Amino acid sequence: MSTLLEVRNLSVKFPTRSGMFEAVRDISFSLGKERLGIVGESGSGKSITGRSILRLIRPPGILKADRIDLQGTDLLTLSEKQMRDIRGHKISMIMQDPKFSLNPVMRIGEQICEAYRLHNKASKSQARQKTLDMLDAVMIRDPLRVFKAYPHEMSGGMAQRVMIAMMLIPDPQILIADEPTSALDVTVQKEVLEIMDKLVRERGMGLIFISHDLNVVSAFCDRVLIMYAGRIVETCPADKLHEAKHPYTQGLLNSLPQLEKPVDRLEVLQRDEAWRSAPSIDSIVNTQAKQ
Amino acid sequence: MATTTTIEPGKRRRKPPLFSWIKGISQVLFTVLVTMVGLLFVTFIIGRVMPIDPVLSIVGESATNDVYEAAYRELGLDKPLFMQFLIFLGDVFRGDFGESLLTARPVSEDLIRVFPATLELATVGTIIGVLLGVPLGVIAAVKQGSWIDHLARVVALIGYSMPVFWIGLIGLLVFYGMLGWVGGPGRLDIFYVDVVPSVTGMILVDSLLAGDMVVFKNAVSHIILPAGLLAYYSLAYISRMTRSFMLEQLDQEYITTARVKGLSENAVIWRHALGNVKVPLITVIALSYAGLLEGSVLTETIFAWPGIGLYITTALLSADMNAVLGGTVVVGLVFVCLNIFSDLLYKIFDPRAK
Repeated sequence: MSTLLEVRNLSVKFPTRSGMFEAVRDISFSLGKERLGIVGESGSGKSITGRSILRLIRPPGILKADRIDLQGTDLLTLSEKQMRDIRGHKISMIMQDPKFSLNPVMRIGEQICEAYRLHNKASKSQARQKTLDMLDAVMIRDPLRVFKAYPHEMSGGMAQRVMIAMMLIPDPQILIADEPTSALDVTVQKEVLEIMDKLVRERGMGLIFISHDLNVVSAFCDRVLIMYAGRIVETCPADKLHEAKHPYTQGLLNSLPQLEKPVDRLEVLQRDEAWRSAPSIDSIVNTQAKQ
Repeated sequence: MATTTTIEPGKRRRKPPLFSWIKGISQVLFTVLVTMVGLLFVTFIIGRVMPIDPVLSIVGESATNDVYEAAYRELGLDKPLFMQFLIFLGDVFRGDFGESLLTARPVSEDLIRVFPATLELATVGTIIGVLLGVPLGVIAAVKQGSWIDHLARVVALIGYSMPVFWIGLIGLLVFYGMLGWVGGPGRLDIFYVDVVPSVTGMILVDSLLAGDMVVFKNAVSHIILPAGLLAYYSLAYISRMTRSFMLEQLDQEYITTARVKGLSENAVIWRHALGNVKVPLITVIALSYAGLLEGSVLTETIFAWPGIGLYITTALLSADMNAVLGGTVVVGLVFVCLNIFSDLLYKIFDPRAK
């Protein structure tokens, strides 16, 4: 397994009225051709981590890191113009709510074609054909109709599949999925996840799957990072998530209702001040050592 | 064998497009009709309750009773109010607003002369206001908090707060009196008046139709200052509104999507964000345009611009009720038409409105 992305000592800060808010504090991790889950509660810094990789932290937010290394290129040294060539082309991102993440006054086809033609020299008709193929690949039944439709004419599940098509059409190597199913009905969540999983596998991509749903992550990912208050507190293989040692992870797991083991009262997560100040776990998988 | 009746899916007949077109148009026409009759009713009542005796202003103070009575009957004032309104309606729909006391010509002829002057001024003013105001608002939003944002705010604030007659007079003094860059008051220099035949009543258009560039240039030099002044006021409003619409859109998630795709900041702002701002902006521009079409009395007075604002005001001050009513109807009609037009544009630009 070769390393696609390596992040070293990433921190993100936002100035507020009451001083600097540190959203992400000195975290390091790597990503290979695998499905890496990042879990944590709201405000733990998982979404900010995703956006930092694309350098999408808007001022006044401050992003600092020793390195964000994409196959030998340090993204931090690139100009904004060079960075635009990375976005979409090498690293892509799917956002939480497809209702808000598609431009409401542009046709679906236009939006997907735009993503394709931005990184590929293609004529309008080539882009159109490619878009229709891509819509077909995300299991849209009537690609021609969807091509001409506007986002408000789509259901949530369909719109999220459109999002997946749009983000995968320039053939990126890494996909960041920021809670891609949280806004969807439970019935379509699985469907969308399966489509995404299939495409990511077929294309040999790396996936960063950001979620607060521990069950989905443990079923769907290879490796999991658990974040708390801007730090990585634990990292483990996804199938071993239920054996996690950190009291925060255990607390999260215990606060979930389980069908097989019904309890009268769910446990409330008791936070320990010490977790906040504990150093971040280094989650870089050293590929050289393994080979 | 059990018999079942099945309703075939997808068999519901869709209405032909022609039918929905006719339905849409007749709905619009009905709205216009109701609004216009309402407007006419209000103007009619105002015309009747004004403490002005229309008979006296025709026959004069020293007329005998017989002459007075004859004029009274001629104006139809002996009939019941309801009949008078119906007669008034009939006249209006024939385009007959009666005669103006001041100009001694039919009001409709006067309106045909003065409205194009205002239309020309307001249109040029709005075009300049939109062309400058929208980009200014967009840039102010994108560079929120920078010097350019503050500058835009100051420019707009001056536009809101400075009295038009002051800026207008100073403008005339500087650009016409001292620098001589623009033409003075009036629509044309005296030598060019009535040189080109009047087709639309808008001199810019008429001179182009006649192919007379000398007159066109002269007309431009005369319109640029008053139109610029009106543009400044609409710019102040349009740029502020554009800025706030833009700030709202830039916070939306689809903007992040556009950035994730790798689009340049320019494409994100001008294609994606402005594409969405266009929709609410239509209403703002239409409103500001309608405001200018009402005729701005002060601007028209300072620049001796024979427009509808000046016409209505003069008529009102000299108790020329026919002219006032005629002018009011035209202004009302303009508002209604612009409303319909902006609704139409709304439907074109916003797919959700269909």
